[in-house]
Amino acid sequence: MPPLTRSLQKKGVTKNVTYLSNTVEDRTEMLEAIGIASFDNLLEPIPENLRLKTLLNLPPALDESGLLRHLNKMAGRNVNLEACISFLGAGVYDHFRPAVVAALQGRGEFATSYTPYQPEMSQGMLQAIYEYQTLICTLTWMDLANASMYDAATGVAEAALMAIHILDRHDVVVTEAMHPHYRQVLKTYLDATGFNMVTVPLSGFASDTSSEFESLSTYINDRTACVLFQQPDFFGRVIDQKEYVEAAHRVGALAISCVDPISLGLLKPPGELDVDIVVGEGQSLGNPMGFGGPLLGFFACKKKFVRHFPGRIVGATVDESGNRGYTMTLRTREQDIRREKATSNICTNQALLALAATIYLCELGKAGMTQVSDLSLQKAHYAYRELTALEGVEAVFPQSPFFKEFALKLSKPVVEVNRELLKAGILGGLNLDTYYENNVNLANTTLFCVTETRTREDIDLLVSTLKKVLGNASV
Amino acid sequence: MANVPDNLKYSKTHEWVSIEGEIATIGITDHAQEEMGDIVYLSLPDIGRTLAFDEQFGEVESVKAVSELFSPLTGEVIETNTAIGNTTEIVNEDPYGNGWLMKIKLSNPSEMTDLLDAASYTQFAEEGGH
Amino acid sequence: MKNSEFPLIFEKSRRGRKAANLPECDVPYTSPEELIGAEHLRSRLPLPEVSELDVVRHFTHLSQRNYAIDLGLYPLGSCTMKYNPKVNEKAASIPGFASLHPLQPEETAQGALALMYDLQKMLAEISGFDATTLQPSAGAHGELCAMMMVKAYHASRGEAHRNVVVIPDAAHGTNPASAARCGFKVKGVISNSKGCTDLDSLQKALAGGNIAAFMLTNPNTVGLFESEIEKICEMVHEAGGLVYCDGANMNAMLGLTRPGDMGFDVMHFNLHKTFSTPHGGGGPGCGAVSVKACLEPFLPVPTIEKVTAKIGEEESEATYRFIQNRPQSIGRIHSFYGAFLIAVRAYTYIRSLGAKGIRGVGENAVLNANYVRARLADHYEVAYGNRTCMHEVVLSAAKLKQLHGVRALDISKRLMDYGYHPPTNYFPLIVPEALMIEPTETESKQTLDEFIEVMIKISQEAVETPDLLTTAPHVTLVSRLDETAAVKNLDLRYEPLFENNNPI
Repeated sequence: MPPLTRSLQKKGVTKNVTYLSNTVEDRTEMLEAIGIASFDNLLEPIPENLRLKTLLNLPPALDESGLLRHLNKMAGRNVNLEACISFLGAGVYDHFRPAVVAALQGRGEFATSYTPYQPEMSQGMLQAIYEYQTLICTLTWMDLANASMYDAATGVAEAALMAIHILDRHDVVVTEAMHPHYRQVLKTYLDATGFNMVTVPLSGFASDTSSEFESLSTYINDRTACVLFQQPDFFGRVIDQKEYVEAAHRVGALAISCVDPISLGLLKPPGELDVDIVVGEGQSLGNPMGFGGPLLGFFACKKKFVRHFPGRIVGATVDESGNRGYTMTLRTREQDIRREKATSNICTNQALLALAATIYLCELGKAGMTQVSDLSLQKAHYAYRELTALEGVEAVFPQSPFFKEFALKLSKPVVEVNRELLKAGILGGLNLDTYYENNVNLANTTLFCVTETRTREDIDLLVSTLKKVLGNASV
Repeated sequence: MANVPDNLKYSKTHEWVSIEGEIATIGITDHAQEEMGDIVYLSLPDIGRTLAFDEQFGEVESVKAVSELFSPLTGEVIETNTAIGNTTEIVNEDPYGNGWLMKIKLSNPSEMTDLLDAASYTQFAEEGGH
Repeated sequence: MKNSEFPLIFEKSRRGRKAANLPECDVPYTSPEELIGAEHLRSRLPLPEVSELDVVRHFTHLSQRNYAIDLGLYPLGSCTMKYNPKVNEKAASIPGFASLHPLQPEETAQGALALMYDLQKMLAEISGFDATTLQPSAGAHGELCAMMMVKAYHASRGEAHRNVVVIPDAAHGTNPASAARCGFKVKGVISNSKGCTDLDSLQKALAGGNIAAFMLTNPNTVGLFESEIEKICEMVHEAGGLVYCDGANMNAMLGLTRPGDMGFDVMHFNLHKTFSTPHGGGGPGCGAVSVKACLEPFLPVPTIEKVTAKIGEEESEATYRFIQNRPQSIGRIHSFYGAFLIAVRAYTYIRSLGAKGIRGVGENAVLNANYVRARLADHYEVAYGNRTCMHEVVLSAAKLKQLHGVRALDISKRLMDYGYHPPTNYFPLIVPEALMIEPTETESKQTLDEFIEVMIKISQEAVETPDLLTTAPHVTLVSRLDETAAVKNLDLRYEPLFENNNPI
C-alpha cells in the first residue's frame, strides 16, 4: 500500500503528524475495512486534474516550543496595553478582567463545545446563556435579550433591519454622534438592500446653540423606520435619550439605543425610557481587547417584538420528569428553519464571550458594577479637570455631561502629540481628525478614555507629559 | 390515516373549506396538523383583508417547522378564530371544529369547483403531496 | 429541588455578599448626581450578590453539565468538531496579541498586522484564491460579505439587474438567508439521484439573464464531492453569474484539492471548523472570505498592505498598514478588523502543521469518514448509496422509522446514554431521517471503533427494544425537554428579579 503521506512513515519524523491520531497500522487496517488498496482510491470522486500533485506552498511546520518562540517574537513587535498607560477607548476598553473570568471561561467543557442543539448534553452552556440573557435584561431593563450578536456594529445594523421589517418603512435615521465605524457598518448593510440612511449632523459644540435632538424632527417622518443613538455617545457624552425616544415614537418609528454596558452601572437603563431595541458592545464585560476582536454584541428588545428579533435565544422549560431545564427556543425565526425568510442570517454567534460577560457580571455583582462605573466616571472627570486646566487644551463639548470619555482640542497636531506621549509610555487619545474630516470643530481633537484601571499616578503622568509636549515649541 | 370528512372541500396546500351560503370557513386538515406536530403559533390575517385565490394568508408554526397558509378561495376576511389564542393545541386536537382558522366572504364561488373532494384529497395526501 | 436541577446564580444571591476586589477611588470624589445629573442615574440594579467562591463553584459545576470535544467524540456532521489544540489558546493569550487596542497606531501593532497579512496569504494558498479578508465574524457573515461583493461586482459592470441567487435544496439555511439579506431572490436547484447538483435543474435555474451567483457547498452537504464541479462553474459563468463556495466542508479538501482551481470565484472559510479554533458553545468564529482577482476591489475595508523598500541589494524589513481608501469596497462589515484572536489561533494551527500536516488533515478526515461509512453500511442505510464519501457520511433512519417507529432523533438521544454526542440530525433536508456523521481527522481508529460498536448495538436495539430508543436519553442530567412548552410559555429570563418594581 502506498503511504498516505510519504514522509509520515519516515522514522523519527514526527512533526507532520501533529494532532492526528491514526498510526500507520491503523490506516492500513482502515483501508482494508473500506476494501480499497490505497488512500488515493478515496480521491476518485475528485477529477484527476483537480487533485493537488504537490504540497501547498506554506511556511515550514514548527514544533510547539519553536512556534511559541515565533509567536512571541511577532507579539513583541506590538506595543501591548499591559506595558503602557492607555487612554484609548472608542468602542474597545481596558476595563479590569478579574482572574476568575478567564479561568472559568477557558474550561475546555465550555470552550470546546458546539452550539447546544442537543439540550440533554448541553445544560451547562444553556443555563449560562439563560443567565446571560437575564443579566443583559437586568442591565438594560429590557424584556428579552438574545444569546449574542457578532459585535455592536452588526447589532446596530441588525436592529435597523429589524425595525425596517416590522414597520415596512425604508429610512433609518442615525445621529452623527454614533460611533463612526458602527455607522459605516450600518451603511454597508443598508446599501446591500437599498434602504436609506439619514444622518443627523453633530452639534453641541461651544459655538452651537442647539443640540442634535432639536434638529431631529426635521430628519424624521412617516418613512422613518427607526432612530438610532448612542449612550454615552461616541464622544462620551451622556445624552438625553428620552428626547430621541419621543421623537421616534411621534412618527411611529422605533427607538434604538446603543449603550456602553459599563455605564449602566450608574446610568438609567434604556428600558426605563421606553426604548424599543437596545444593542451594545459587551467586550468590556470581561473579554480581552484582542485588537478589536472577537467582540460581543448584545441585543435586547421589548417583548412585543419576540417574533422579529435576530439570533439565538434560550428558554427555560421542563423535562419529562418535570425537572427544570434549558433549550434553544423560538427557533422558527432562524435561518436553518425559515431560510430566506429568516429574521437574520446569523448562526454562529459569540457564545464564549457571552459566557465571559456572565461570569464578569456575577463576579462584580450589584456593588461591583456600580463601583466600576463610578470609578471610571470619577477618574475621567479628574483627568478632564486636570487636562482642561492646561495651556493649549480646550474642551470640545464644554456643556455636555460625560461618562468616561471626553474630546479635547489641542494646540498641536494630535499625531505629533501622541508620538511624544508614546515615548513616555503613554498611549494617547484617539485622533478624531480622520473620523470627522470636514468638521472644523473637530480639527486637532483627541478623544481620551479613562477607565477604573488608570491610577491617579497614571493620569498625573499624562497631564505632566502633555503639559511638556504642548509647552515645548520645538516638538 | 388522517381524518378527511366527506362534507368538506380541500386544497392541495392542505386547507379545508366548508361553505354556508357565501361564507367559507377555512382551516388546516388533520393530515397537515399531523405532519406539523405540536402547533405553537398561528399568524392569521386582519379582518377586512381581501385574499386572492392561493394567496398566502398566514403561517402556522410548530417547534421546528413553519408552514405557510394559502387561501383556497378568493374573498374578504370577515372573521378569524381569535378564541384559539395561546391554546394552539386546539388546531391539533380539533382541526375541523374548534380549530378553524378564518371565515371569508366569497367573491368568486365558481372557484369551488377547483377544490378536491374528500376522496381525491385522501389520495393526494397518501401520495405524499406537498 | 430535584437532584438533576441546578440552581441559577440568582438563586444563590444574598444581600451584601461581594466578590470582586476593586480599587479604592484615588482621585477627589464628586457625586454622580453632581457630575451627570440625577435624572440620568438608575435606581435599581438587581445583579447577583455572591462571593468569588460561589462564582467559581457555580461555573465549574455548569461546565461539568456540558459535553465537549475535550470529553469525547463529537461527530456532528457539517461542524468539523476536531481537537482544538491548547497551544492555540496559549498563543491567543500572549499579551502582545490579547492586550492590543484596535485603534492604537499602526506602527505599534506591526506584529498583529503581519500575522493577519500572513494568514490571509496562507488561506489564499490553501484554497487557490488571490486575496482574502479576515473580517467576517462567522460563516454566515462571510456569506453575507461575499454576496455584498457579488452585488457590487455586477453593479460595477452595469449589470445591477442581476438579482437572483441560485441555491441547491440541500444547502445550509444560512445560504438563502444571507442572499436574501442582500436583497437577492433565491431560486432552488434539486439534487440528482446521486446526491449531487442536478445539471438540468441548474440549467433551468440559470436561464433568464438575471443570475448573480450560484452558492454551492463542496463537498456538498451529503458529504459527496461534486465531481462535475468544473462543468457547473462553466455553466454559471456562461450565464454571467459568479460561483460561491460555502467552505463549511473545507476540511475534506485540505492539501488535496483547491476550490479556486475548480472555478469558484469566492468562498468563505470557517476558521472555527477547519482551522481548529474552538466553537465556544456557539461562537466566536471567523468567516474569512477569499476571492479571485475580479472581486478583490470589492473587499471590505480596511485591507492590509505590505510595504518593503530596497536598501541597496537588501529588502528592508516589511512594514504593514491598513488601507481605508478603496472606492469600490463594499465598506466596513465589522466594528474593527474581525476576530483577530481567532486569526491568531488559526495562524498558530497552520504554522504547527505546515504543508504536509495540512495534507495529513485532509487525508485522515476522508479516511476516518469512509471507515465509519464502510463499517456502518450493513447496519444503516447510507444516503445515496454506499459509495466513497469525503469527510462525512450521511445515514438515513427512514427504514427504521417505517419498520420500528424509531427516528433519527431517537438514535441520537440513545447515543447520549452511551456517552456520545449525537451526529447532526435532519440535515440535509433532502435526506429523510438524516444522521450526518463527521468524525474529523483527530480521532483515532480505536475511538471510531468504540463509536461504531455502539452504533451497531443501537441499530439492534431499534429492532429489539425500540422503546429504549424512543424514550432515550435515560442517564443524562435531564431527559427530553418539553420544547413545545418552551415556546408557548416563554421563559427567557429569571423573572423574580424583575417582579419587584421598587428600587432594589
